[in-house]
Amino acid sequence: MDSIFIYSVASMGLIAAILAVGLGIASRRLEVETDPRVDEVTDVLPGANCGACGYAGCDGFAEAVVEGKTPVSGCPVGGEDVSEAIADILDLEAGSTEEEVARLLCQGGDKETVSIAHYEGVKSCNAASNISILEKECSYGCIGFGDCEAVCPFDAIEMNENGLPVVDEDACTACNNCVEECPHDLFVLAPLSGKNHIRCFSHDEGKFVRGACDVGCIACRQCVKVCPVDAIEMEDNLAVLDYDTCINCGLCAEKCPMNTIDFYGERVIEIEITEECIGCTRCARECPVDAISGEAKEQHEIDQDICVKCGLCYEVCPAEGAIVKETEDKSQT
Amino acid sequence: MIEFEYLLFLFLGTVLVNNFVLIQFLGICPFLGVSSYVETAFNMGLATTFVMTMTAFIVYLVNTFILEAFNLVFLQYMAFIIVIASLVQLVEMVIRYVSPVLYKALGIYLPLITTNCAIMGMALMIPLEGYNFIESIVFGFAAGVGFTLAIVLIAGLREKLQFEDVPESLQGVPITLIMAGIMGLAFMGFAGMITV
Repeated sequence: MDSIFIYSVASMGLIAAILAVGLGIASRRLEVETDPRVDEVTDVLPGANCGACGYAGCDGFAEAVVEGKTPVSGCPVGGEDVSEAIADILDLEAGSTEEEVARLLCQGGDKETVSIAHYEGVKSCNAASNISILEKECSYGCIGFGDCEAVCPFDAIEMNENGLPVVDEDACTACNNCVEECPHDLFVLAPLSGKNHIRCFSHDEGKFVRGACDVGCIACRQCVKVCPVDAIEMEDNLAVLDYDTCINCGLCAEKCPMNTIDFYGERVIEIEITEECIGCTRCARECPVDAISGEAKEQHEIDQDICVKCGLCYEVCPAEGAIVKETEDKSQT
Repeated sequence: MIEFEYLLFLFLGTVLVNNFVLIQFLGICPFLGVSSYVETAFNMGLATTFVMTMTAFIVYLVNTFILEAFNLVFLQYMAFIIVIASLVQLVEMVIRYVSPVLYKALGIYLPLITTNCAIMGMALMIPLEGYNFIESIVFGFAAGVGFTLAIVLIAGLREKLQFEDVPESLQGVPITLIMAGIMGLAFMGFAGMITV
């Protein structure tokens, strides 16, 4: 018994040692000169090999970055931290990338929608979407079997009790998998800073939507009219938000009669111009309702009766402290 | 002369009659994964053949002079695994040194040779069949040639298939599996021709 034990350990150790020495010598002899920067870039990448950058794994992306074929901000998973780290290695200026997350364009769960049929097939959205009639009367909405939850490689999506997927902003890496998986195209990648979402994808007419769903877009155009920066457009009976233009003022969400628009940013309650104003007139020019008046190089004033409290003047003001605002955090309610 | 004839039959028998991929269903992963283009498929076949021949060579020595000599046959799997893993590492280094283009083309499948069951299967068959030193090397080489043959054949078919109108639901892997099945049937025609 003892001798077998000793022989086993000795023989396996011997074989392993010989192979290890052989490999060691070979790696010295056959060393390939690689660009050290590629290895450094590979080290700072997330290493998930998810392919969201369009290259075959993180190594492929690292090589392409070093060769200058793709911008340093090409890794959507790593976000700004990674692009800055890569830029440090390559001595480049990091093109700032806005971090994105997946957003669901539907909030019609089991409670909000009208059910017209009962589906008893395979519990898969992609399977169910092949049938012309779905459980919900709305043919654009979330089917609710959680294909997105299943396809998410980062466990960032969870189906809630209402049958709707909930995206965990911290875990989501904007890898685009759910966007591709959803048969109704209900996911979009939107900036993390966006606090205002039109959560409906129905192109049906308002009358039909009103009957089918409590929270669907009925194409009343109120949001389009109220938006101070023209970020909302009507496209085929549906209000569509341009995230690049939106200033997250929350006016549209307040107006929306169906509560389709989900706002959880900071709503301005009070806003006024202080003595710090340098009289540059920018706020007066930008104000969508012409509530600001004043001569150049003099302190301006906001007419509180006209002001819609969108906060746009605060955004454009170049002088620090010239415009003060009081806000209410809507994320809790 | 009889010895040479026997080796020839062993070679042909392993390549055609007992083809590793199409008859014994070993090494299906690279068979489906790296068979998009004839050139990469052929290079993958070469790399696998090299690993197989070297493995057969070393496995025979390890098995006869270490494992059997010290009554340690139960360590076969472990010993063979480290031998195969090291050889694949070596091949990877060699290919990277000689041809970076090929290294890129083979990509992830190169390290995956480590876990290619065709190689482990071949290594385990050597003591099982009781081959001697020369026979082992011929057997390992023939197994590699058989693998190359199968993967190059299917790569050729897949290249032609790119110009054909394949039904949408069959595109990609499904049609490849169907072709592989038909090829397997064709190779069954060799069954029983050579019994070594």
